[in-house]
Amino acid sequence: MAFVLSEAHERELADILARYPNKMAACIPALHLCQNANDNWVSPEVIQFVSERLELPAAHVQGVVTFYTLFNQHRPGKHQVWVCRTLSCALRGSDAILDHCQRRLGVGIGQTTADGKFTLRTAECLASCGTAPMMQVDKTYYENLTPEKVDEILAGLSRD
Amino acid sequence: MLKRTDYLTKNYGRPDGHTLQAYEANGGYRPVRRVLTMAREAVIEEAKKAHIRGRGGAGFDCGTKWSFMPKPNGKPHYLVINADEGEPGTFKDRTIMEQNPHAILEGCMIGCYAIGAHTCYIYVRDELHLSKERLWGAIREARSKGYLGNTPFGNNYPIDIYVHTGAGAYICGEETALLNSLEGRRGEPRLKPPFPAQAGAFGFPTTVNNVETVAIMPTAFALGGDAFSRLSDLHAFNDGGTRLFGVSGHVKRPGIYECAVGLTLRELIYDLGGGILNDRPLMGVIPGGSSCPVHLADEIVNVPNNPKFEPYNGKPFLDLPLGVDTFRTVGSMLGTCCAIVLSDAADPVLAMQNLMRFYKHESCGQCTPCREGCGWLERLFDKVVAGTATMQEVDQVSEIASNITGNTICAFGDGAAQPALSFIRKYRKNFEDYVENRGRSQTGKLHP
Repeated sequence: MAFVLSEAHERELADILARYPNKMAACIPALHLCQNANDNWVSPEVIQFVSERLELPAAHVQGVVTFYTLFNQHRPGKHQVWVCRTLSCALRGSDAILDHCQRRLGVGIGQTTADGKFTLRTAECLASCGTAPMMQVDKTYYENLTPEKVDEILAGLSRD
Repeated sequence: MLKRTDYLTKNYGRPDGHTLQAYEANGGYRPVRRVLTMAREAVIEEAKKAHIRGRGGAGFDCGTKWSFMPKPNGKPHYLVINADEGEPGTFKDRTIMEQNPHAILEGCMIGCYAIGAHTCYIYVRDELHLSKERLWGAIREARSKGYLGNTPFGNNYPIDIYVHTGAGAYICGEETALLNSLEGRRGEPRLKPPFPAQAGAFGFPTTVNNVETVAIMPTAFALGGDAFSRLSDLHAFNDGGTRLFGVSGHVKRPGIYECAVGLTLRELIYDLGGGILNDRPLMGVIPGGSSCPVHLADEIVNVPNNPKFEPYNGKPFLDLPLGVDTFRTVGSMLGTCCAIVLSDAADPVLAMQNLMRFYKHESCGQCTPCREGCGWLERLFDKVVAGTATMQEVDQVSEIASNITGNTICAFGDGAAQPALSFIRKYRKNFEDYVENRGRSQTGKLHP
């Protein structure tokens, strides 16, 4: 079944295209738009859509998708939990936070919980070094984490 | 010397501090009104007097970079702002985007005018969602007041600014990779020459500037370029004005602090940063993001026969003012000016392993020495930590890292090799201990 955008999203896509002197430049913003409208992943149908709409070879779009960490080639859980693991966070205990997340969610890094609610991932430096350790869940940063705060955050997200 | 300033940070922490109203209440958007009536050459001359060294890590003089753009001759020019903040330890640009976005916009307007551009793209890493939101909000405010668009402040010089997002790739902070990414391609760096001023975005003359570099431009024009530069203790080094200093890791008060250039690491760590966590001894400090060398607490500056260095020669490295040229001359690097502090509670071997994993993950893969070298070093450090490395492999680290340096399309290779080279040199014994004790180390951890 082909991928389609809602009317509102089509208007957003038109806005995006108007910002650039050619269609290729809209590739990444268009992929973000479509991924957000497709349960947070880039399916082959999304690649087909972007390739046709932007008049780009599908291979080019595929090349872009596979290069960037934030384009998901497989459907993730409802919430993506990214725990930063780079040095400044590690110096403030990110390892312990990551361990805690694995135990609490019952999954390893890169895996999704059985109920489909959470995918746990590690992130490289998220530019939050002054408030470490921290994690990004979907579009929100949660900083100055403790295991207790992590439990609160995950419990809150679990409920919705 | 420690001199706090608040040109960029005055409205930080206030709930509405990021709004146009708050920005104008502090004199915002007055400098650009003057600039738009000046001759383009005069704007560049004023910018040069300010001696603003690029605040993204390379430290190239901003006014000079602007002067490299050709005279407009029918081809579109572009200003592209590098807001892909991703250097480990660095978190300063984010504060400007979130809490003073109008300074960035006003700086972009001045920059566009100086280089003959009518379009500016602010390339923001996708993870910084609040930053993107604040920038778009500021753009809408500026557009609705006629500050952006066809006749900014009534002048016949159209300027439009757009936010463009990345998609998770540290390498897109490299200016030519950023341009490729902006164009909708894989974020792979380009060979230079040609430089962006000759062939940049979409093949047209382009200048790429860091967020903080443009954000401080309005202040430089408000005070006058020379007066701004002289705020710095390093004016004689052509390293002018004020900047954001960051500190993270094992300090009591990690954060971003705005000061005149001239601050030292000792002041950053012990005065602004509140000292080391649990008052432990300093084991190492990386001055400006992970691609810089690591330094021991007792290092001494050794630059004889250089009159400019006379005040610092023979004195502790911790008392050397943080500057582009002061640090380069002693064999270090200022980078992003955001320091990572390690107390003796941190194991340097684990710190190195942590960083190597980062560089291996972020290598774009184009160049064999970097692609293969980063992978090799990552596996090697993993073996050291696991206790299965040989002394011969520890000896190999310098050789592998040296084979990356200078043999790549872009500076990422040098950045990836630098930590390996300096950690193995400064903490050699720690690595040897791991080999001799088959992985059992002194502290075995990074967090106190």
